[in-house]
Amino acid sequence: MLLSVDHVTRYRYDQPVRAVMQSHRLTPSAFDGQKVRNWKVSVTDGIPGGAFRDGAGDRVQAWTVKGPVSEIEVHVVGTVETLDLAGVLRGHREMVQPEVYLVDTLPTEADAALAALAQTALAEEGPLARAHRLAAVVADAIAYRPGATHAHTTAAEALALGEGVCQDHAHALIACARVIGLPARYVSGYLFATADGAAHEAAHAWAEIHVAGLGWVGFDPANRCCPDERYIRLGSGLDAQDAAPIRGIARGLGVESLDVTVAVQNLQQ
Amino acid sequence: MSQYFNEMYDGGKVRMPYARLEDWMNAMPASLRTLKQAEAEDLFRRIGITFAVYGEGGDPDRLIPFDMFPRVFTASEWARLEKGIKQRARALNAFLVDVYGRGEIIRAGRIPSRLVYQNEAFEKAVVGMKPPKGVYSHIVGIDIVRTGPDEFFVLEDNCRTPSGVSYMLENREIMMRMFPDLFRGNRIEPVDRYPEILRRTLASVAPQKCTNEPTIVLLTPGHFNSAYYEHSFLADLMGIELVEGQDLFVEGEFVWMRTTEGPKKVDVVYRRIDDAFIDPLCFRPDSMLGVPGLMDVYRSGGVSICSAPGAGVADDKAVYTFVPEMVRFYLGEEPILQNVPTWQCGKEADLRYVLDNLSELVVKEVHGSGGYGMLVGPKSTKDQIESFRMKIKADPGNYIAQPTLALSTTPTFVAEGVAPRHVDLRPYCLVGEGIELVPGALTRVALTEGSLVVNSSQGGGVKDTWVLAE
Amino acid sequence: MLSRTADNLFWIARYMERAETAARLLEVGSRIALLPSAAGYRNEWDSLLQASGNADAFARKYGDPVQRNIESFLFFDRDNPSSVASCITTARENGRIVRTALTTQVWDALNTAFQELRQLERTPRSELELSRLTEWTMRHAAMVRGAIEATLLRNDGWDFLNIGYSLERADNTARLMDVKYYVLLPRVEFVGSGLDNYQWTTLLRAMSAHRAFHWAYGGEVTAAKIAHFLILNPQCPRSLITCVEGLSAHLDRLARLYGATTEAQAQARGMLVALSETREDDIFDEGLHDFLSRFIRETAALGSLIHETYLSGDMR
Repeated sequence: MLLSVDHVTRYRYDQPVRAVMQSHRLTPSAFDGQKVRNWKVSVTDGIPGGAFRDGAGDRVQAWTVKGPVSEIEVHVVGTVETLDLAGVLRGHREMVQPEVYLVDTLPTEADAALAALAQTALAEEGPLARAHRLAAVVADAIAYRPGATHAHTTAAEALALGEGVCQDHAHALIACARVIGLPARYVSGYLFATADGAAHEAAHAWAEIHVAGLGWVGFDPANRCCPDERYIRLGSGLDAQDAAPIRGIARGLGVESLDVTVAVQNLQQ
Repeated sequence: MSQYFNEMYDGGKVRMPYARLEDWMNAMPASLRTLKQAEAEDLFRRIGITFAVYGEGGDPDRLIPFDMFPRVFTASEWARLEKGIKQRARALNAFLVDVYGRGEIIRAGRIPSRLVYQNEAFEKAVVGMKPPKGVYSHIVGIDIVRTGPDEFFVLEDNCRTPSGVSYMLENREIMMRMFPDLFRGNRIEPVDRYPEILRRTLASVAPQKCTNEPTIVLLTPGHFNSAYYEHSFLADLMGIELVEGQDLFVEGEFVWMRTTEGPKKVDVVYRRIDDAFIDPLCFRPDSMLGVPGLMDVYRSGGVSICSAPGAGVADDKAVYTFVPEMVRFYLGEEPILQNVPTWQCGKEADLRYVLDNLSELVVKEVHGSGGYGMLVGPKSTKDQIESFRMKIKADPGNYIAQPTLALSTTPTFVAEGVAPRHVDLRPYCLVGEGIELVPGALTRVALTEGSLVVNSSQGGGVKDTWVLAE
Repeated sequence: MLSRTADNLFWIARYMERAETAARLLEVGSRIALLPSAAGYRNEWDSLLQASGNADAFARKYGDPVQRNIESFLFFDRDNPSSVASCITTARENGRIVRTALTTQVWDALNTAFQELRQLERTPRSELELSRLTEWTMRHAAMVRGAIEATLLRNDGWDFLNIGYSLERADNTARLMDVKYYVLLPRVEFVGSGLDNYQWTTLLRAMSAHRAFHWAYGGEVTAAKIAHFLILNPQCPRSLITCVEGLSAHLDRLARLYGATTEAQAQARGMLVALSETREDDIFDEGLHDFLSRFIRETAALGSLIHETYLSGDMR
């Protein structure tokens, strides 16, 4: 597919802040499944800071905005050619050892219920089958319902609730995978939503599980599939916060409010 | 008594390095000693060198007790220590570059991957980063104990921000002011070049993007920190600004400090705050101590951070066991300084041995520091041992055990006169473009008779440490 | 220099000056307590508390202004940020933070004041004469000031200390005068009638300027003479013009040192020129209270400018 992205994040402060620092993982990952045609990130009055590729292979770009400022817009536009690799992250260069992704974080810590859920996968043979089974049981256990959870809901809380959004699905899947010794991580990106509404969110998140011999493989429990040509991968981390496409801090007393619009279109109708 | 090595007396004979000190000691009447001790305390208080103990409350202006009786090494003793310390500091840095790179030592099966990659101190955020000159730990503090004339053991490594060097410098300063004659009579290597060497070390690791004479700052958590005196003392001696997180900010590709003349670019940050607090954007979002955006500047070569974030994985107590292996693997040499034999309670066989021999062993928390969360078997009651047993069983991986070492003693002034007290040694090795060690160290002394705990937070004191010239 | 260091130095000076002001207020109060008029006594304490800017806080915590309470409040009370104890503790803490920007003598003076304060706090109150407390404060304030003047390098740090002293002193003088005028003489016909002689004398004492005034002017105390002395006479160490002169001089020095003129410098110069051209009549024509209110506002604005320019570190 040839996907175009138009992604606007608008930060508003109820009183002007003195400065804003942001760290972006907003560039599509370089791997065999996607090729960037063009891509541009702009920040209102932003001064570009350091840029580098981190150990997980993500392109990081820092920005600062000098205050006083009450509104900042981060605008991402670009087009990416995508291929369906059945979720396999082929040709991705990274240095972080998979084992690092066995470490729990607060939102991905498994409680007894998650651990029990994870055990069901042991009926399968081999890591790939187990990963698929986990993605399925997580999708069954947590129904998609926007608004049921919030940004800081943990995997354990979402499972207890039985409802959540893609972030909760990913966290729960990661927690379960780590319980049975499979390295797992959180991936943020975009998803092309088809006209029939089959896919849910354009700004999307899913999980990757490391399968020996195959490498990292994506699983999207929210849509009960592996990432294909409808997906654009941006970056990864131990959990949602660690993988956030935009991390930011404002200096000042202003309270922040956030407004996000994302449009992903297929240019090859 | 005789089970401990006394550094001054060999049987009835005085050992060579202490020869002149015997006359000095004998010539000092009790009244003069009391006077001098009071004078020293007054000097320390006037300078403002004080130490607040974590979590103990009480007097924030408390002094660490200073013992006037120096501890002495001969030139040849020191030469060997120096070689061993530098060797270890090199190996530790090689290890850090490796585990944040390809991890050859793990691929070679010389150290278990879990210990490194699932270690709390392992920073994913710096994987792939090669800091300037390939140095992660610029100040390596190595805690050493002595058990015999030629027997030295490394107790632990401190690769992050070892403290206490101000005592090494101040103890010498005070001794020279109070007993100038001693220094005329003995040829004692000076230590006062330390701040200059530290400054040079820090300047030598200026970042890629720095084209000017590097501006160095010392980043402190603030004046409430127990080591604040040391921070301000070192900054002053190096002639660099002592900054808090709020004094720095990131703009564009660099870090700046707020001055009365406007923003000034900062090139090297000698930080005395933990990884978790240096950048709320990257690590703990609730940290008020750090500088938002610092890590991105660091990773893109706009600033150097000393010690480099992630250095802590090398001084972890579980990783410690493998340092001799690092020396062999990276340097192709045999380690000059030995480790204390260590049992990992995380291993089943070791755990069994430890639980069977608790009353003989010293047990430490893997991530503990400062003598807290520690069991000294031979000095503990049955109840203490039993309650510690429960703690180990609950979380074996969190504990290591070592034999109770026969720490050497040196003469120390006590109420009744002079008596042997147990000591350890912390030298400060500086690693930058070169690798340097000033001939001196911090000697900590357990002032309580028979005690083996030298931590200042547990009632330990300090001594001036001499290295005699050839 | 680090902006925060400059800020710490600035506040060392402000707090030491403020401690001294609190002690002067106490001293004046105790003198009045020796006078026969009970009604006057109460009024005086009220006005002095207002001058220290803390009348409400006092009333909430202590209620009646009896001498012992006032002593507690103005000297010992750590809840009162302007008490002598609070000021000296804060000044010393600021000093500890920037220890290396001070000489041993300055640090010694600050630290000794603090250590002795802790002893005073442990001493039974029955053993503490009020005069001892006020003299103690003024002595230590003078020792710190003396150590600064005698030993400190004349660099930007010295300028920030002096700016702190001048700004605090300008504000204190103006407030003390304003309280006297505003609170005690609400009826306009008294002004200049000689009836307020006693009130004005108290004011002079509060500034430790009683004897100096007589040397400088002689004869009967009049509001006009006092206004001249405390506002326009450059010989008086606490007069507004002396303080503004100090501010202007040190801001000029900073501008030269840094090679950058600032708005703060221009503002201080403007205030100095205006004061130099003012006569007592102008002040009474404008109305003393209005004049002082305007001065207090201008000083505060200058303080903010100095903060923005040098101390906050947000200057670009």
